[in-house]
Amino acid sequence: MRVVLEKRPERSRAMQVASPLLAVALTVLFGSILFAARGFDPVHAIYVYFIGPLTTLWSVEELIVKATPLVLIGAGLAICFRADLWNIGAEGQLIAGALAGASIPILAPEWDSALAIPAMLVLGMLGGMAWAAVPAFLRNRFGANEILTSLMLVYVAQYLLDWLVRGPWRDPHGFNFPKSISFNDWHLLATFGDGRVHLGAVFAVIVAAVLAVFMARTLMGFEIRVRGEAPRASGFGGFSQAGTTWLCFGISGALAGLAGICEVAGPVGQLQPTISPGYGFTAIIVAFLGRLNPLGALFGGLVLAICYLGGEAAQVELSISEKTAQVFQGMLLFFILTCDALIRYRVRVERAAPGSSRLRASIGLGNPAARAADAGGTAR
Amino acid sequence: MNALEAVLLTIITASTPLLLAAVGELVTERSGVLNLGVEGMMIMGAVTGFAAAYTTGSAAVGVAAAVATGGAMALLFAFLTQTLAANQMATGLALTLFGIGLSGLMGQPFTGLPGVKLGAVHIPGLSDLPLIGPVLFAQDLLVYGSVALTAFVAWVFARTRLGLVIRAVGSNHHSAHALGYDVAAVRYGCIAFGGACAGLAGGYLSLVYTPQWIENMSAGRGWIALALVVFATWTPSRVAVGAYLFGAVWIMGLYAQGVGVAIPSQFLASLPYLVTIAALLAISGNRIFTKVNTPACIGQTFVPDR
Amino acid sequence: MHKFIVLASALALTLVATSAFGADPLKVGFVYVGPISDHGWTYQHDQGRLAIEKALGKRVKTVYVEKVPEGPDTERVITRLVREGAGLIFTTSFGYMDPTIKVAKRFPKAIFEHATGYKRAKNVATYSGRFYEGRYVIGQIAAKMSKSGVAGYVASFPIPEVVRGINSFMLGAQSINPDFKLKVVWVNSWVDPGKDADAAKVLIGQGADIITQHTDHATPIQIAAEKGALAFGQASDMIKFGPKTQLTAIIDDWRPYYVRRTKAVLDGSWKSTDTWGGMDTGMVGMAPYTNMPADVAAMAKATEDKIRSGKMHAFDGPIYKQDGSLAVPKGKRLDDGALLGMNWYVKGVDDKLPK
Repeated sequence: MRVVLEKRPERSRAMQVASPLLAVALTVLFGSILFAARGFDPVHAIYVYFIGPLTTLWSVEELIVKATPLVLIGAGLAICFRADLWNIGAEGQLIAGALAGASIPILAPEWDSALAIPAMLVLGMLGGMAWAAVPAFLRNRFGANEILTSLMLVYVAQYLLDWLVRGPWRDPHGFNFPKSISFNDWHLLATFGDGRVHLGAVFAVIVAAVLAVFMARTLMGFEIRVRGEAPRASGFGGFSQAGTTWLCFGISGALAGLAGICEVAGPVGQLQPTISPGYGFTAIIVAFLGRLNPLGALFGGLVLAICYLGGEAAQVELSISEKTAQVFQGMLLFFILTCDALIRYRVRVERAAPGSSRLRASIGLGNPAARAADAGGTAR
Repeated sequence: MNALEAVLLTIITASTPLLLAAVGELVTERSGVLNLGVEGMMIMGAVTGFAAAYTTGSAAVGVAAAVATGGAMALLFAFLTQTLAANQMATGLALTLFGIGLSGLMGQPFTGLPGVKLGAVHIPGLSDLPLIGPVLFAQDLLVYGSVALTAFVAWVFARTRLGLVIRAVGSNHHSAHALGYDVAAVRYGCIAFGGACAGLAGGYLSLVYTPQWIENMSAGRGWIALALVVFATWTPSRVAVGAYLFGAVWIMGLYAQGVGVAIPSQFLASLPYLVTIAALLAISGNRIFTKVNTPACIGQTFVPDR
Repeated sequence: MHKFIVLASALALTLVATSAFGADPLKVGFVYVGPISDHGWTYQHDQGRLAIEKALGKRVKTVYVEKVPEGPDTERVITRLVREGAGLIFTTSFGYMDPTIKVAKRFPKAIFEHATGYKRAKNVATYSGRFYEGRYVIGQIAAKMSKSGVAGYVASFPIPEVVRGINSFMLGAQSINPDFKLKVVWVNSWVDPGKDADAAKVLIGQGADIITQHTDHATPIQIAAEKGALAFGQASDMIKFGPKTQLTAIIDDWRPYYVRRTKAVLDGSWKSTDTWGGMDTGMVGMAPYTNMPADVAAMAKATEDKIRSGKMHAFDGPIYKQDGSLAVPKGKRLDDGALLGMNWYVKGVDDKLPK
């Protein structure tokens, strides 16, 4: 007897809705087991983790602050991943954007103008785009694997930031500590409420909405979806493979850069050796949590933000170690991926091992580079 | 100790975990699977290796535990990607996140303790030779093991039927399936092998390199191993060259500082990554060179039609 | 929103006020940059937290958040501690400086203690240890114990704290052996054990027979032990990692300060101060002198006593910079301002300071 997956004739609508809920339910279940095993009251722990952050106004605001960069980056990555392009270097693009955008408050601190903030934002996006353009170029020109080049560039960006804040961009009055000057008020994003939620949150919502429309309603968006789902059919819309690569990397890089400049001109207010606690990597989870849909990234970003804040609350209120939060996030992602399989596949229990069906499978023969031949290849 | 000998010894120690993890990942990738969870499997190998060795007092038990843990983590990945057809990149990333968190939890009782070190094996006669003696013939077992493993993997791919099957599965899973091979089974095996190697690399960190358990002690070495596989265009011998080259660049950066070369240390630290990108370019640029070895199905999910 | 702040501040106020009468315990919060398991920087701060619990028992309740990255998250974590009712909060890393000041402004009734920074406010005090005093002592020991006359320094990041330590070590060594050589390798990390091990090996290979470090764990000692060199522990006593290797260790001892400051909050006498505690306050301690002849240990002890009593200072002139220019004339002492922002090497350090 063995368990096999069977492709559904079409994606299951019901499962599309049920799968994230099922994933969250499984995480809660296994989370409870984890907590109980470590000697905590599981119900209370789960409450502190998932419900607690939503019960006070200030923590809801903090939730929004935390989700902002995740949504911005996650929405961009969703598009990339849809096109079967694996930009996993958003963290580096975030840093590059922060550096480019921060050049204004650091090099021209006295420039107090209504144009300053827009200029910083644009520079931030360009910086992120430039950093993302490298793997796009290397892929288009040399066929270099974008996963690895984009990842390697994360480290390079980190060292570049490190060098700048310890060297040329160091605050001259900061006793040689590694940080830039604190940005002047006119170089900080407008904030709302308690002074923590910043303009970036508005951008995040707009970006998610615009990208969703772009993907669903435009030819270009269609082309991106086709490329991911049936690469051989792509190109019929008149767009080249290289062109979509540039576009996807450009969008996701620009958004990561935007997230970067929003962080340094928002909650951080200066450059320092660490400006992101790994948002670029976490956003990959956000993109998947949102089922590679830009609007879904809004949901994904909030869920991840709850995970973080809940983890912190659990540390303060229950003395549960922060590592538990990390295990938790890993688990959540495992369950999401598992449940997602149910959208495209049906689980069937078989009594005997199936013989291979030579005839059908041989369609793929003689086509060694057929990334396309396998429609299942896009199951995610 | 003479300076050259010291540098060579340091390079070998720095390169061995990279080589172990990279050879394992190479086998995984040759079967058409990209497992980005190397870092997570490695750190789990490090913590269980340390814990087992510390508890039993035997480094050998530690090594076994590290291998088993890496393999187990890989099987989790295999189950998700092969049986449930989940996306490989995302699953790999989740594995890394999960591994780093879980290793931190598991390692809590073992921090701040001096560990058990796997001893060096002196090959009688040869280890007394000047320079090459200590460098080549007085290493720990895992150094010899990593070289032997690389040679073994090279032999499997070059000379055996098993190697052919793995390559067939990796370059076209449909044809392999049509020919009657069980694609999923082959991949399960290759993924588990890769995980065991990554676990072993982690064990090397906590049992030989720095015999302690420290959170996040793999510090990104799993990612470097992944880059090395591409750097080597999926060829075992070139993985070895790449691992030692990478180790050498890394150590020379520290060495240059020690002798007082004035280059920003951030630049030296980012050099290995730039070198890898450059190498990727050099290799990717030569398409014929790449095509021979590249597993065409890498990263794709395979669920047979029926 | 404003109502919210007022409410929270009132809450914090009540907490501080009532705890003074012994009704409710004072909640003391800690923000850590590393894991408490690092057996270095964060571990020592956590020892301070435990000391507070031990000394003040039911009058306090402590809570901590570990591995808080220095970045956008810091402000939120500090805010959370205040909102959860902490009346006194220790933020234990330099990078927490600006967030601490920001949160302190919004919650004027809560009290903050920030380690290693230089910005203060009415409700924010700063504190740090003069660890360079210990470095001077180990520099002297190194010069006495080294056969090759070369020591290796595994350094994390070129911040003033680390540079000061390197200089102080060198000045101590030169007071014994004017020709002493010091090689420095920057690993650009606080915690990458493998890289530290490599750095230590490279330094030993280049002739250093004494290894000292300014990173947060014990691998350099292990490597020194393996290669037959001698070494010093960092932040905490690391003797178990090299029973035959560790000469001594500079110990960050935050316990007396933490207990004293918490007591001050409890009895209402707390004021914003800037404390830079040395051996005299107990903030800098030395682990037992081991693996050295009695006369070297006696010399080290004597230097320690002289520094403690204020008879001498690690940065007593004359001190020359690397380029040979006079930094401190004879009979003068380098002032705290210059020490705080130190970004130059003393003569004899075999390294270029990253600019």
